[in-house]
Amino acid sequence: MKGMKVKTDSPVTRKAREGVMEFLLVNHPLDCPICDQGGECDLQDQSMAFGSDRSRFTDNAFTGKRAVEDKNIGPLIKTIMTRCIHCTRCIRFASEVAGVDDLGTSGRGSDMQVGTYVEKMFKSELSGNVIDLCPVGALTSKPYAFTTRPWETRRIESIDVMDAVGSNIVVSMRTNEVMRILPRLNEDINEEWISDKSRFAYDGLKRQRLTTPFVRNNSGELVATDWETALFDIAQRVKDANPATIAGVAGGQADLEAMVCLKDMINRLGSEVLCTEEAFPMINSGTDFRSNYVMNTTIAGIEESDLVFLVGTNPRLEGSLVNARIRKSWVHNEMCVVLLGAPVDLSYDYQYLGDSFSVLKEIADGSHPIAKALADADKPMIILGSDAIQHNNGSLILDTVKRIAKNTKKSLNHPDWKVFNVLHRNASQVGALDMGYKPGMDSLKCDKPSLLFLLGADADKLNNDDLHGNAGVIYIGSHGDAGAQMADVVLPAAAYTEKDAMYVNTEGRAQVGRQAVSPPGMARHDWKIIRALSEILGVSLPYDKLSDVRGRLAEISPTFDRPGRVEETGFDNVSDDVTIDKITHTGATAPVVPALLKLRDFYMTDPISRSSLTMAKCVQAYDEAEANPYSKPEAI
Amino acid sequence: MLSAFCRAVVSAANQQVRTISCSAAVSGGHSFVHRDTPGNNPDTPFEFTPENLKRCETIIANYPKGHEAAACIPLLDLAQRQNNNWLPISAMHKVSEMLKMPRMRVYEVATFYTMFNREPVGKYFVQICTTTPCMLGGVGSDVILDAIRENLGIDVGQTTEDKMFTLTEVECLGACVNAPMVQINDDYYEDLTVDDMNRILNELKQGKKPKAGPQSGQNHRFASEPKTGLTALTETPTGPGFGVRADL
Repeated sequence: MKGMKVKTDSPVTRKAREGVMEFLLVNHPLDCPICDQGGECDLQDQSMAFGSDRSRFTDNAFTGKRAVEDKNIGPLIKTIMTRCIHCTRCIRFASEVAGVDDLGTSGRGSDMQVGTYVEKMFKSELSGNVIDLCPVGALTSKPYAFTTRPWETRRIESIDVMDAVGSNIVVSMRTNEVMRILPRLNEDINEEWISDKSRFAYDGLKRQRLTTPFVRNNSGELVATDWETALFDIAQRVKDANPATIAGVAGGQADLEAMVCLKDMINRLGSEVLCTEEAFPMINSGTDFRSNYVMNTTIAGIEESDLVFLVGTNPRLEGSLVNARIRKSWVHNEMCVVLLGAPVDLSYDYQYLGDSFSVLKEIADGSHPIAKALADADKPMIILGSDAIQHNNGSLILDTVKRIAKNTKKSLNHPDWKVFNVLHRNASQVGALDMGYKPGMDSLKCDKPSLLFLLGADADKLNNDDLHGNAGVIYIGSHGDAGAQMADVVLPAAAYTEKDAMYVNTEGRAQVGRQAVSPPGMARHDWKIIRALSEILGVSLPYDKLSDVRGRLAEISPTFDRPGRVEETGFDNVSDDVTIDKITHTGATAPVVPALLKLRDFYMTDPISRSSLTMAKCVQAYDEAEANPYSKPEAI
Repeated sequence: MLSAFCRAVVSAANQQVRTISCSAAVSGGHSFVHRDTPGNNPDTPFEFTPENLKRCETIIANYPKGHEAAACIPLLDLAQRQNNNWLPISAMHKVSEMLKMPRMRVYEVATFYTMFNREPVGKYFVQICTTTPCMLGGVGSDVILDAIRENLGIDVGQTTEDKMFTLTEVECLGACVNAPMVQINDDYYEDLTVDDMNRILNELKQGKKPKAGPQSGQNHRFASEPKTGLTALTETPTGPGFGVRADL
């Protein structure tokens, strides 16, 4: 209204606010001293800012305050529903962002309660985010319950490595222990969410850890030893090995610094055999052009797209926040989603094309209706899953998808729009390819290495038959998992919360993670281990400080020098020209189906989450939920 | 000295009577969390009859495509009418399946509206209004409530052993002028006296259908007009042109 004055801090407004606070607290327990939200509670803050300094609440009839039954919604979220102030943020999150309509209100008036009405698990890969959303202590973290107060912890800003999204996180640390992990706002990547694996797998950092070097003795047992013995043992093995067939494998969570040190060391020893665990077909231009293997449109770019074609991927479990972004666009921008792969539950509707390669071929030929839809779309995106590339006929699939992307680009109104995207699963993959690691271990298996360095490689894709007769295996990593099991020498290294390290996500965005706690026992930072080893092997690496390693990284690629930014990929037209039409279709191909199909598969995918008790409980709860008639069965 | 003080403190603590803190009773008397019972669980059989399925289709067709959820309340009502006046959880599931709604959204509707019974009720569902106008009007609802209790031998919230009657107390049903009143299934019985109430219940027991509407309490009036005849609007209605300027 014209001339209207709004007073936000007059005595009347202050009094009114005080009144509202009083009403809220009539139905809210004053159990702040035993509440996990204490110290980061919105209601506490509001009460401090606007509330009265004394209570008028007298329970004349001694009936007690409102009390609501607690709900059991799974092993991650602890509910104390008496504290709920009915803001319904959790309900809106579940229904709008996560796409799982499990939460709601039952009853009305003073009987209203937030919950599931029937007893069932809140089955979502993003469920933990309701803990952050809850302004009071009604929804809190079960694993974190009664451990620390927010003012006791130090918060260290870091990067998540559970998938290739590179979510920004905050690690809360107290007395050299990771107490919890929270999301950090980054509108370009994870917005304000993180997946449950990123949030809750941290207890895996305290289990199955390698805290001392091990050397395998003559009877085949790994025996704990000291660094000197282990390093000299390796030196002896290197001396005995054929330098040209010394090999290195970078695992899924390896950081850039360690990878570059390992590469430089092995190169200096005289070998070129360095690879990653995940394959990528080296057809035509292969990984020579960056645009061939990153998510070119970026994650935020999904919001501009009007048609997303997913090939052989289940983004919900392979990159949960990429999926959340697709869902966001599907809800708000009327984006269409088309899926070729397994008919999984993606939390939104999509057109399903089956799992057969022949459909892909039809689209490439233009005889399938989707080819026209892609051509008509304003900004179409094709997202090729990492699993489709691992497929037996991965090169054929990649080539066909690239051909579809090229055909689509011809009729595009936006010349700068990049159609082709790859969604990786491993945090290390793009960085490793950027610095020249060979994708996949096929070449390594051909070479039959005489000495093998595993840098946190735990995917269990190698066995002793792939190696030269009496080849030694050296494992550098944080957890006693598949890699350490086959190793002859085990060197304990740091996990992602224990080192200053860089990672490149699936968009090709380099990001810096920071050290929150120190590595346990005798474990050391990965790059320092390799640096020390190189000294003993007589091929000293010229990096004494972390900044020296970062300088070396900057020499290799400018992307490593500009953390937080995405370098736009170039040469995508050139790479298209080089790639296309070199492969002829031969024989039938197996269905293009990703490995992660159900939420159960999501929880334990890497050494950290495999060691996590919380993640094991999630798997157990999922199995119980399968038997619960109220739990919605997942598709497939 | 010190030990004497300690003893005093200990004995005082022993004597201290601690009250057990308990939560306020749920005012509606219904639970807003579902618990499986032998008679009400996801396996409780519920299917719409062919006639009702046809009705469902008609109801759903009233709403635009993509907005089928708008038919939630009418479908739940239909399910309740078909199923002896109560909604098992399997009926809610059926409705959610027919309308392609998440189950939770149907639970929300079914728990929000008090006219959906989520537990079995008797054949005659007696709802007595005890809000202020009914409590004060006519003979007063207290007397009527006592008469029902005595006649049926049940208290508020209970069902007779033969599963014929369930009695509940409700808030205003909007028939204040004809106080006191009860609603039995879909019918209002108004202007009640104790005799009327007993007659109505007895007739129901015999399987008859008593006349709905105002009873003897206000001399069997037709609707809600005053007992002493009209006190306003008694003159003949004026015709067209009344009060209009002559020159128009």
